[in-house]
Amino acid sequence: MTAVISKKALGIAPMSNNKMIMSFISEKVQALILPMAGIFCFMLLWSLTASSIDTSLGKFPGPHAVATQVVNLIDEHNAERDKADVFYIRQDERNKVRMAKDPSYQPKVRIYTGKETFLDQILTSLVTVISGFLVAAVIAIPLGIAIGLSKTLNTAINPIIQIFKPVSPLAWLPIVTMVVSALYVSPDPMFAKSFITSLITVTLCSLWPMVINTSFGVVSMNQDWVNVSKVLSLPKHVHIQKIVLPASIPAIFTGMRMSLGIAWMVLIAAEMLSQSPGLGKFVWDEFQNGSSQSLSRIMTAVLTIGLIGYLLDRTMLQLQRILSWDKSSAQL
Amino acid sequence: MSIILDISKVDMVFPTPKGDFTALKGVDLQIKKGEFISLIGHSGCGKSTVLNIVACLHRATLGGVLLNNKEVTEPGPERAVVFQNHSLLPWLTAYQNIELAVKQVFKNKMSPAEMKEWIEHNLRLVHMDHAKDKRPDEISGGMKQRIGIARALAMKPEVLLMDEPFGALDALTRAHMQDSLMEIQQKLNNTVIMITHDVDEAVLLSDRIVMMTNGPAATIGEILDVNLPHPRNRLALAEDVEYNRLRSAVLTFLYEKQRKVEVIPTAESTKTTEKAGIKQNTSSVA
Ligand SMILES: Nc1ncnc2c1ncn2[C@@H]1O[C@H](COP(=O)(O)OP(=O)(O)O)[C@@H](O)[C@H]1O
Ligand SMILES: [Mg+2]
Repeated sequence: MTAVISKKALGIAPMSNNKMIMSFISEKVQALILPMAGIFCFMLLWSLTASSIDTSLGKFPGPHAVATQVVNLIDEHNAERDKADVFYIRQDERNKVRMAKDPSYQPKVRIYTGKETFLDQILTSLVTVISGFLVAAVIAIPLGIAIGLSKTLNTAINPIIQIFKPVSPLAWLPIVTMVVSALYVSPDPMFAKSFITSLITVTLCSLWPMVINTSFGVVSMNQDWVNVSKVLSLPKHVHIQKIVLPASIPAIFTGMRMSLGIAWMVLIAAEMLSQSPGLGKFVWDEFQNGSSQSLSRIMTAVLTIGLIGYLLDRTMLQLQRILSWDKSSAQL
Repeated sequence: MSIILDISKVDMVFPTPKGDFTALKGVDLQIKKGEFISLIGHSGCGKSTVLNIVACLHRATLGGVLLNNKEVTEPGPERAVVFQNHSLLPWLTAYQNIELAVKQVFKNKMSPAEMKEWIEHNLRLVHMDHAKDKRPDEISGGMKQRIGIARALAMKPEVLLMDEPFGALDALTRAHMQDSLMEIQQKLNNTVIMITHDVDEAVLLSDRIVMMTNGPAATIGEILDVNLPHPRNRLALAEDVEYNRLRSAVLTFLYEKQRKVEVIPTAESTKTTEKAGIKQNTSSVA
């Protein structure tokens, strides 16, 4: 925020055209060079400290070790995919041969059950976090609007929100796991139980920031807009659709970005704790594995988690830029 | 001409943490069809409260408002309001802002083509047809206020209520807007109540100037008939004897009879009290 303000202040200062172009260019260059310099310094510091820390699993992984692991993990993924392809080709051939011998034979099709690779785990975590987040949004935004519009509802629900908000969703995990195992019983489940458990955990922690921010957006809506709606005698549903919802879009997005950030952090921890597939499980498995490569693989996962978290936030921000009328709140 | 709006013995008491606050006491005013009324008074005396009661954004504690001899109890588009801070919806373009109003008011009375024509007609009326696809944050304060007026006019109101419509504008833009408003009023002959604290604006535009006493328990102090012929020209009127008599009558009321006790009339202190008044005003509305 402060950076934005100071830039604006710079723009206001009287300057000649030439100077303005120069300062614009230097601003762009700074925006590119400074982060690069920062990253470079971090790398340097990292490799220096890494080489001086000895653990029972060997040296602490530096940038080089991580880079090697990135290549390794991608290779492993490709190898695993090749294995799967080979498996399916062989299965096909086998079935064809049996069919030729005996036309009444029902071909058996089995699904390849190989080890989940790093890239598979990334995908699992991403799908889980997005699904859980979407479920939370579908519940939280209407609830937030209802609470924002009705003082009665607000007074009734507020204590519940205040009590559940500070609970770490990880504390819910055992309860969620037990309830899911008890209730989610179907002979041919569409989703794995572990997926449902992780999803509910993500939903639980995404819910509160969105509810609170949405209702705050509704309550702090410009009173003039409400008066416009009153003078027009807009029916309730039109009022919500045309006035309340657009007016609180900036606050809703603030809540969504907060939620998504928390959701991603919590999901990794939940996956580690409950051994559900995903990046968290990858980290935990490597930790249990304890090979000479484990630390560098964990370090790779840590950086990946950070990068994905960053990209998720950027995506939300981009979405906000497209959807929100209030461009000033869609900065940073 | 017939009485269209009857503000009948209105009292307004606001409950506050420090006890009841009587803002208005016995406000009584009858307005004829096609009349242009200015409501003038010091900041914080209760002008907005009167307007909000007519619009039914507030309910009077005692007394009431009759429109065409029927008591009004809810806000409605037949009493359209132009707010001080334009109050356009920032996520809609100028056209869409007016469209929202037109679609609601003429739901089953106009075809889509007629609606489009009517919206564009009102944009032309305020000379804003070139900016119809602009959003409020892309146009100047004066332009926003024009759109706000177009939106209110598009509702075909029986009474047009304006709360310091030009208060936030610079002097030059304000003069333009006043001329535009006079031009529109010549064409449409609406019934208008306009709040202002600009003496020239009041004399230039009105048929009657209603002057309010200072609060608490504010009420109507004097009513001044303005019988200047239309169309009025601000330059020609500057020399006009009648114009200057009216002008000084309003000034006398405001700065002698209803002079604010604490105000020593230097530019500085008037400004600060005004600001304080506005601040109080917005915080009480929010
Ligand atoms: N909702 C409210 N609650 C309490 N006091 C109010 C409220 N609205 C207005 N007032 C008070 O009523 C008086 C008149 O306010 P207002 O009508 O806004 O004045 P004006 O428009 O003439 O500047 C002020 O003293 C103000 O503080
Ligand atoms: Mg006011």
